Amino acid sequence: MSLLTPNPGLIFWMLVVFLLVVFILAKFAWKPIIKGLKDRENEIQGALDLAERTRAEMMQLKSDNEKLIAEANAVRDQILRDAKDAADRTILESKDKAAVEAQKMIESAREAIRNEQQVAVTKIRKEVATLSLEIAEKVLHRELKDKEAQEQLIAELASSARLN
Amino acid sequence: MYTHLRLFFTTALVAATCLLNVPARADEPTQHEAEKVVEGINQAEHKIEHNLEESEEKFNIGQMIMHHIADSHEWEITHGVVIPLPVILYSADRGIEVFSSSNFHNDHHEYNGYHLVHGDAETIVPVDESRVVYDFSITKNVASMLLSAVILILIFTSIAGFYKNNKGKAPKGFHSAMEVIILFIRDDVVKPNIGPKYEKYLPYLLTLFFFILVNNILGLLPGSANVTGNIAVTMTLAVLTFIVVHLNANGNYYKHLVKPDGVPVPLLLIMIPVEIVGVFMKPFSLMVRLFANMTAGHIILLSLFGLIFIFQSIVIAPVISLFALFLNFIEIMVAFIQAFIFTLLSSMYIGSAIEEHSHADHGH
Repeated sequence: MSLLTPNPGLIFWMLVVFLLVVFILAKFAWKPIIKGLKDRENEIQGALDLAERTRAEMMQLKSDNEKLIAEANAVRDQILRDAKDAADRTILESKDKAAVEAQKMIESAREAIRNEQQVAVTKIRKEVATLSLEIAEKVLHRELKDKEAQEQLIAELASSARLN
Repeated sequence: MYTHLRLFFTTALVAATCLLNVPARADEPTQHEAEKVVEGINQAEHKIEHNLEESEEKFNIGQMIMHHIADSHEWEITHGVVIPLPVILYSADRGIEVFSSSNFHNDHHEYNGYHLVHGDAETIVPVDESRVVYDFSITKNVASMLLSAVILILIFTSIAGFYKNNKGKAPKGFHSAMEVIILFIRDDVVKPNIGPKYEKYLPYLLTLFFFILVNNILGLLPGSANVTGNIAVTMTLAVLTFIVVHLNANGNYYKHLVKPDGVPVPLLLIMIPVEIVGVFMKPFSLMVRLFANMTAGHIILLSLFGLIFIFQSIVIAPVISLFALFLNFIEIMVAFIQAFIFTLLSSMYIGSAIEEHSHADHGH
């Protein structure tokens, strides 16, 4: 069968043409194409890596920010608490002071009242003595005029004196 | 050829008539006998002539198919449109001779002491049979191969230019279509089968794939040559793969041929011949697979078209055309598949020959 018998001339040309194609394509086509493909793959990989790195950095930044915010919040809370404490303390102190002052004032007022009372009692005693003396004077004066009236008066005085 | 046949039949008939008339000759008068014989011969001759004319007119499908599949010294695009191709002959006494194949267009198909024989295959033989002539003609297959080489070089150098000029840009159009195929060959065929050292073999395997693919597809065009369905072409490709495999094969590969691991010594008597046959079987199977697939595809398509000429019916022709269209699509698929398989198997053979620890997983 001629179909199954390779023709030497065709083998020769096939070798020449195919090897030429292999060398020409290897040098002028496959080399730049494969290089281009590889460059692009590297570029894409680089871009992906960069994105990944950027994302990691963003995450880092975000967590840093959160930490900062948390810290700031804590500081604020601390400051507020301190301020409140201070205010409370001040109020308490003021209250204590006021109470003490009031006590003092009350104390001094009592003293004054007691003194005044003393003075008043003394005055009243003096007054009473003076009054008794006057009454006695008057009685004595009347006794001299009328015996009956004298007796009546004495009775009167005596009853009133008993009332005392 | 016609004259040869006629001569042969005439002689045969004369002989047969003579033999048949041997018993009768004794009884009848000689003069009458001679007249009868001459008359018989004339009649028979006439009949044979008529038959021959009829058969020459009749469409010979087998001859048509072989004519389309076989190589030729001229490129017949369609009946009557013929491109003559250069004939290049080398002989020790005359050196290199170059002339156009159109010189054979004469009654005897003879030119300058050479005879173009349209036999089973078209060959050029010297008229003087003692001379030895080597035929390096640019035949139809060589011309088609050159065309495909030009196509390949134009396509891929232009794509390479795109990579150089449009660095860092996305591929588009035809360029990206080709890139998909290149990436497929690189990432799914070559890389997994050859391993980390794949880059050395990538240019060869890519060229192999696209060369086979372009020639397969060109072969499907009407009036084109059947390059990859020619056994000389597939043999050259298979032998090149064989050479690439065995030039790069490492010690493991050759050691494995003469001393396969874990095989008992008595079995080596069988195993070594089997291994060595296997070495040659691989390129042989590559050669036959591509050749048989492409030739079979062409034969099926040509048979279908031949049916149209046999039936010569307006009813059957469209049906057959539809069927041929369907088969043409299958042939396009086969063109891709065969190119892919040839490349895949070549890379598998290379991969198995350069594998470092080929049997590290056995018995451990």
